[in-house]
Amino acid sequence: MLRIDDLVVRYGSAVAVDGISFEVGAGEMVALVGPNGAGKSTLINAISGLVAPHSGTVACEGRIAQVPEGRQMFADMSVEDNLLLGGWSIRNRDLGEVYDLLPDLAGMRKRKAGRLSGGQQQMVAVGRALMARPDLLAIDELSLGLAPLVVAELAEHLRFLNRERGTAVLLVEQEVTLAFDVCPRALVLEAGRIIAAGPSVELAQSETVRKAYFGDLAVAETMTGATAPATTEVSP
Amino acid sequence: MTELVAYLISGIALGSSFALIGSGLVVVHRVTRVVNFAQGSVAIVGGMTSATLLNGLLPHGLGEIAAVVLCGVLGVLVGLLAIGRRGTPPLISLIVTLGASMLVSAAIIWLWGQDPVTPPGLEGSVTVLGAEVERQRLLVVAATGVAFAALTLFFSRSYLGKGLTASASNPFAARMVGIDVRKMGLLAFGLAGILGGLAGVLIAPSNPLSFYSDLPLVLSGFAAAVFGGLTSPLRTLFGGLGLGVAGQLTAGYLNGSYQTEMALLLMLVIMIIRSRALVQEEVK
Ligand SMILES: Nc1ncnc2c1ncn2[C@@H]1O[C@H](COP(=O)(O)OP(=O)(O)O)[C@@H](O)[C@H]1O
Ligand SMILES: [Mg+2]
Repeated sequence: MLRIDDLVVRYGSAVAVDGISFEVGAGEMVALVGPNGAGKSTLINAISGLVAPHSGTVACEGRIAQVPEGRQMFADMSVEDNLLLGGWSIRNRDLGEVYDLLPDLAGMRKRKAGRLSGGQQQMVAVGRALMARPDLLAIDELSLGLAPLVVAELAEHLRFLNRERGTAVLLVEQEVTLAFDVCPRALVLEAGRIIAAGPSVELAQSETVRKAYFGDLAVAETMTGATAPATTEVSP
Repeated sequence: MTELVAYLISGIALGSSFALIGSGLVVVHRVTRVVNFAQGSVAIVGGMTSATLLNGLLPHGLGEIAAVVLCGVLGVLVGLLAIGRRGTPPLISLIVTLGASMLVSAAIIWLWGQDPVTPPGLEGSVTVLGAEVERQRLLVVAATGVAFAALTLFFSRSYLGKGLTASASNPFAARMVGIDVRKMGLLAFGLAGILGGLAGVLIAPSNPLSFYSDLPLVLSGFAAAVFGGLTSPLRTLFGGLGLGVAGQLTAGYLNGSYQTEMALLLMLVIMIIRSRALVQEEVK
């Protein structure tokens, strides 16, 4: 449903995304991992149309909504207003659906978004994105700055959404373990290029990823439980 | 005592117009970070247009409304000049609004000449606490109250108003949810034009306007807006009222020709006192 073709994004003369191509199928969950400054946020913003590509194409059948890095609340507005504004593009003002999916939000609907905890804000950011009734949810740094328990709860919501609604998810995540755990398929980004891609189980075994993210074999193995040798597409 | 009441009421009436002009500045600044210095000349166009329209073309009510609507359109035009080009820095936009203000002033001289113009207002006067007060001044106060109530409701209750507030609160997130922030900026300029026009239409019957009134009006409005931290319409209302009352008291008990200087002095004092808060709000 989402097809990226040879996408290049520049800031002035600096190239942040350097010729990326990949697809996300309907209802698929794909992780996007990579070090700081790899171009993950830029890629997500280009997909959402917030930054203009220098060249290449982004084609999407269906709506995309974003949960942005840093959560980006309308801080001085109520949770309810934040959610309502999420439905701006399709003029959706029906909050019932989101309150059904994320019941915690209903309890804090009158509170100012800027006063909430990080986890609560992330919940609002997810709810706000859902107000656009997206076919693809692009999430930039789900876990950043949040307690593990909160992250686990959010991840559970994502799985539920994906299962019950068939919402596709593109998950940018520093916590590779979490990302690979939630998403069956993953892309590894470095310096604006995809350096590895494939099933998360296999990527977790691969030399490239293990060296960069796990440091030792044990972590990768306990996580996936797989022993078969990894077969990953590695592009130069 | 009756003298004091009279000064107070005329001060509140005059301050209401400062508050209207100032709230227009606030609305634009919140969404675009631009100080719209064309706000004063737009107000004058409002007063002058209503004078022309009420001179046999349209009846009371319709004439004033038409003048205010025209000012809304004029506000959007100023906005197009100032922020129409994507990525124009706020400081450049501010200079553009100054330029636009000069253009509008030139048009005012061309269309209405240099002499002050007075549209007909409400006839007669009533007695308030022993003081004789022109009914027009009471109308100014009442209309300003209604305008501020409407403005507050618009921002807090209407979907469009929330979109404007969101654009001011977090432009990135606003763009992300699909709000056209530039369009919201133009809407803010239009709204400012309406508020400025309303100020001009209301004040002109008791305070004749000429192209020369531009600077005193916009500076007084700016002082009121600075009192509101350039973000709060409600505090701008209080700032405007305080400024109007102080000006009338100065004019009444000291010397009428000091009125503008009084406003300028107060504005400087407010700006110096408030500047730190302003900078802090910018950083936030
Ligand atoms: N607004 C911007 N202007 C200029 N350079 C930017 C901007 N945003 C990001 N960059 C640069 O682009 C590169 C990719 O950044 P980003 O997409 O934020 O990476 P990530 O999300 O993977 O950490 C970095 O080198 C960063 O410094
Ligand atoms: Mg990032």
